[in-house]
Amino acid sequence: MLLLTKLGADVWVCAPATLIPAGLRQMGVRVTTRVDEAVEGADVIMMLRIQLERMQGGYFPSLREYFTTFGMTEERVRRARPDAIIMHPGPINRGVEIASEVADGSASVILDQVANGVAVRMAVLYLLAGGTEHEAVA
Amino acid sequence: MTQQRLLKGGRVVDPANGRDGVFDVLIDGDRIAEVGSNLPADGAEIIDVPAGLIVCPGLIDMHVHLREPGQEHKETVATGVAAAVAGGFTAVACMPNTRPVNDNAGVTQLILQKAREAGLARVYPIGAVSRGQQGEELADIAELRAAGCVAVTDDGLPVATAILARRALEYTSMFNMPLIEHCEDQTLKGDGVAHEGPVAASLGLRGIPGVAEAITAGRDILLAEMTGGHVHIAHMSAWTTIEAVRQGKSRGVNVTCEVCPHHFTLTDDLLAAPVAYDTNTKMNPPLREARDRDAMIAGIVDGTVDVIATDHAPHHYDEKNVEFDRAPFGIVGLETAVSITLDTLVRTGLITVSRMVELMSVNPARILRVAGGRLSPGDPADITILAPHLQVTIDKTKSISKSKNTPYHGWSFRGGVAATMVGGKTVYTNPATGMRL
Repeated sequence: MLLLTKLGADVWVCAPATLIPAGLRQMGVRVTTRVDEAVEGADVIMMLRIQLERMQGGYFPSLREYFTTFGMTEERVRRARPDAIIMHPGPINRGVEIASEVADGSASVILDQVANGVAVRMAVLYLLAGGTEHEAVA
Repeated sequence: MTQQRLLKGGRVVDPANGRDGVFDVLIDGDRIAEVGSNLPADGAEIIDVPAGLIVCPGLIDMHVHLREPGQEHKETVATGVAAAVAGGFTAVACMPNTRPVNDNAGVTQLILQKAREAGLARVYPIGAVSRGQQGEELADIAELRAAGCVAVTDDGLPVATAILARRALEYTSMFNMPLIEHCEDQTLKGDGVAHEGPVAASLGLRGIPGVAEAITAGRDILLAEMTGGHVHIAHMSAWTTIEAVRQGKSRGVNVTCEVCPHHFTLTDDLLAAPVAYDTNTKMNPPLREARDRDAMIAGIVDGTVDVIATDHAPHHYDEKNVEFDRAPFGIVGLETAVSITLDTLVRTGLITVSRMVELMSVNPARILRVAGGRLSPGDPADITILAPHLQVTIDKTKSISKSKNTPYHGWSFRGGVAATMVGGKTVYTNPATGMRL
């Protein structure tokens, strides 16, 4: 969020009001509870997983209502730009924050994102553990 | 061409449009077409409004128990809306403590279907805050909203915990609907049955202190301030509660509130005399002391109170015909609210008719975000015609509600309802007022 805004992206954050951290607006992002508004004209839609402790914490009534109110469906994706890509760091909860049709659709780059995420983590761990660029190339 | 009707020569009181004077009201089909002086008939059916009657936007009672589904021996949607229109209400909002609880779209749709079949007053269902009103997890509030609920509440009980009230205020704010709170700390209420004070002590009844209400109201006002949600404090009865609301409003908190006619007219003295232990004086919150009653009147006069609502709570004769301790809380109110308000607040000069219309029409519509509350061209033709000089004696044996549990039986008031019109259709007329529709 901080990096994207630093690089000039127009970042919108959407979640139920019960899950939006206090002071989020001060971080330079736009905050909404209406998913249609967040998606409108977007270049990139990135979903995040609802974690189990959130599901059990009473932040929203039910997974069914979460999906009908906030879930990323094909219908909602149509509000974004025609060439918009769908991202998600995984693991995904099918039918909760994202519909399978969207996760597996042609606009989805989720598997690339996850593969790249593994490479990036490996590199960071390697460098933090004392590795050098030379050895890394070797 | 739709049917046109012209209400001629009445005193029109429409505070939302800054109107109080003699005007004609032209109705086209189910909508208001025009309000003005000496409107031409142009083929419209002319309805003469007798001198002295008041034409105002339809009254809305935002706190009633229609008991259907599940307790149809007390009231049904059909009998409830019939009582509503006889009492001058063109719309009612009904509480979710039915059986099953209105915590899902199926129950909401059933209530709306029954209301359509009855075809009298408009019915706005209110959904539960928590699943089964159990106070544990949020009900499917988005689903309730989509099905037609205009607010949520766990009425009969307060929202059980501060964390649930917080979540409810945050969650409802997404759907532009208020959280209506029945304020009552359950630990302080305990098994009380009457206001905690000298009267309850002398009658040997267990008390419910006024602060049991104010503590929960204070909690919810602070949470509304923190979350930006809208809390509506239902049926205030204690002076400490209205003080908490007044302070919240002065800080700009999104808080609104209502008072019931019995709490601005009666005190707990009625539990002792003329008939001691009359279970029709038992309701929740209870009748309190003069200081509390006078604080309700002061709040109505100074603008702190937004709404007069009835908390119409029908109970069957057999359920009330038991010892005071064992009787259910609640009294009916739909058919008496207008007479009580016109007599005790308007006739006495405490408030104007215009303020009464704000309290019973403009503000309920605004709080629930529903149509009505004004007579502007294009608005639904929901109209109440008041008869401020009509002498009314409350006779429970003639009540239209299925239940008769009123403490006002035999009381006389000056003021009543002449006619009620919903969507341009006459749904109630009182011939004693000279009104013919």
